[in-house]
Amino acid sequence: MLRYLPLSRVAIYGGLILAAAIYLFPMAVMLSTGLKTMPEIQIGNALSLPRDPTFAAFAKAWSGACTGINCEGIQRYFLNTVILIIPTALIPTFLGMLNGYVLSQWRFRGSEVFFALLLFGCFIPLQVVLLPMAQVLGWLGLANSYGGLMLVHIAYGIPFTTMFFRNYYVSLPPELVRAARVDGASFFQIFWSIIVPISGPIIIVSLIWQFTQVWNDFLFAVIFSGADSQPVMVALNNIVKTSTGTKEYNVDMAAALLAGLPTLIVYLISGRFFVRGLTAGAVKG
Amino acid sequence: MTAAITIKSLRKTFGALTVLHEVDLSIEPGQFVVLVGPSGCGKSTLLDCICGLSQPTAGSLHFDDQDVTNLPPRERDIAMVFQSYALYPSMTVRQNIEFGLKVRKMPKAERDKEVTRVATLLKIEHLLDRRPSQMSGGQRQRVAMGRAMARRPRIFLFDEPLSNLDAKLRVEMRHEIKRMHQLVRTTTIYVTHDQVEALSLADVIVVMKEGHIQQVGTPQEIYDKPANTFVASFMGSPPMNLIPARMKRRDGVAGAELLPAGGLPNWIKLQEPAKPIADGEELIIGIRPEEFHFTSERPLLDGDVAELTLPINVLEPLGSEYVFTSTVNGAEVSARLNAKSGPHPDGDTLQVLFEPRRVCLFDPGTSNRL
Repeated sequence: MLRYLPLSRVAIYGGLILAAAIYLFPMAVMLSTGLKTMPEIQIGNALSLPRDPTFAAFAKAWSGACTGINCEGIQRYFLNTVILIIPTALIPTFLGMLNGYVLSQWRFRGSEVFFALLLFGCFIPLQVVLLPMAQVLGWLGLANSYGGLMLVHIAYGIPFTTMFFRNYYVSLPPELVRAARVDGASFFQIFWSIIVPISGPIIIVSLIWQFTQVWNDFLFAVIFSGADSQPVMVALNNIVKTSTGTKEYNVDMAAALLAGLPTLIVYLISGRFFVRGLTAGAVKG
Repeated sequence: MTAAITIKSLRKTFGALTVLHEVDLSIEPGQFVVLVGPSGCGKSTLLDCICGLSQPTAGSLHFDDQDVTNLPPRERDIAMVFQSYALYPSMTVRQNIEFGLKVRKMPKAERDKEVTRVATLLKIEHLLDRRPSQMSGGQRQRVAMGRAMARRPRIFLFDEPLSNLDAKLRVEMRHEIKRMHQLVRTTTIYVTHDQVEALSLADVIVVMKEGHIQQVGTPQEIYDKPANTFVASFMGSPPMNLIPARMKRRDGVAGAELLPAGGLPNWIKLQEPAKPIADGEELIIGIRPEEFHFTSERPLLDGDVAELTLPINVLEPLGSEYVFTSTVNGAEVSARLNAKSGPHPDGDTLQVLFEPRRVCLFDPGTSNRL
């Protein structure tokens, strides 16, 4: 039987494939350059495929590339970011969950205004808060430390996570919490036994959001981290900017790919949860 | 254990809006009380105040002799069934029923016994391991009732529990609720906007409008002797006919003239109202649609019988009865006639009978019963 493919379908798929190609193209060039040797790169054809693919550049980027006088690759900084990520993803997610629970199910006088003010936190440009933030960290004795950078990310994450959870919980039937209150449950009993178990999709959204925000952040990282707490994005910048003799494009590309890999993997694994969580409406009860 | 409820001068305001004005109500232990009224009449707010999800602005609330006005819901020993069922989505039926017991730290063995008891009573044993999303509306409603019953509270509250069900299931669950109440005899307050539910379930009906109680009484009292025109037209379907007329005495006997559209004026005898009314003063005559009868039913009627020839505007044969609308004294009047007692009405008019003593009189100024 002849499958009939309507013209409109052809156009849609054609358009999608074209768009995907445009987005994937830079990455393909990065990957191919990262697998090349320096002599091959110096021929000057960035679009050609590697003749003799090698992972040497990746190995060097991981453990041998120089940032300034320090030549141990990005691995230490990579680990720094991993350490940074754990509290900065978990804490704002938890606090956002609590905030969202209160702002949607336990409204108080002025809670809508409070939420509106909190949302300002989502729209304030990062640059605006740099100086006051530095001042506050100085007062707290957290300047140039892990703790300081974590605090900044946690504080900056809360408005976003609160918004996610609040908007998710607002679609719950209000009778759920009312029923639990009549059943005799306390504020936290309701939170743990009723609200948290139905928050799966939005917890994933919040974790992914914080993960990518913190992992990809450069501005806060370069300003608030100390010498021994530099995250990978700062190190990546330093590697690319450090040049002694020839510029090693293959190592730069490899380092960038390694630094970007975790967010890529997170999206590949849980992207569908992300979309589902963002679009999930009412939890049918 | 079942409790009496005493509500004194209860008032609830939201900002400038007064939702409940000085509500007074006494409910005896074990009674099934239905709060009924159109949306916005304050019945749900009153229920919220009784269960403690809302704080009254003023007034007091007692369960037996205990002042519960300011107690949180969990200290009131009550259970509530909600319109949307409000089952906990992440829990199985068993966990839903158990939740309130668990929160109250009942030991596992007792909890299991209680779940079994309730599940048997409501015939939901086979559903215990399902989640709310895997059940139909009627099943969820049963589970919601089970959850409320498991705690053996001293008061049951129902907030429009049947509104989300289809018509057939609604009747079925209505019977179920009545059966459960007859079984456990726990004081129950039931909120609905459906007057049929109110009449069929209640020991006592409380009719509300705009934050005021209009009338408290048994279903029969509410139906036969509505306190005002609002209650008269809210309860019953089709509602009570309200016909404007003037007092016109004959030889000292109270009466009024009815003028069917296109017909001749017809004087009917009325009960002497408790409040003296002068001749020529306006009043409203209330007649239930089913008070009209075919002439062949005359032997069934007592005492005085009035006769009217009504023009037929619209006729609806419904199998067991004929419903038709007519016009009397300029007002639309509907009548329900037993189909067995007469031939299919054809023609433009129909002769009907009614008993004047079954007629209600209202004051057009205050709209209260005379």
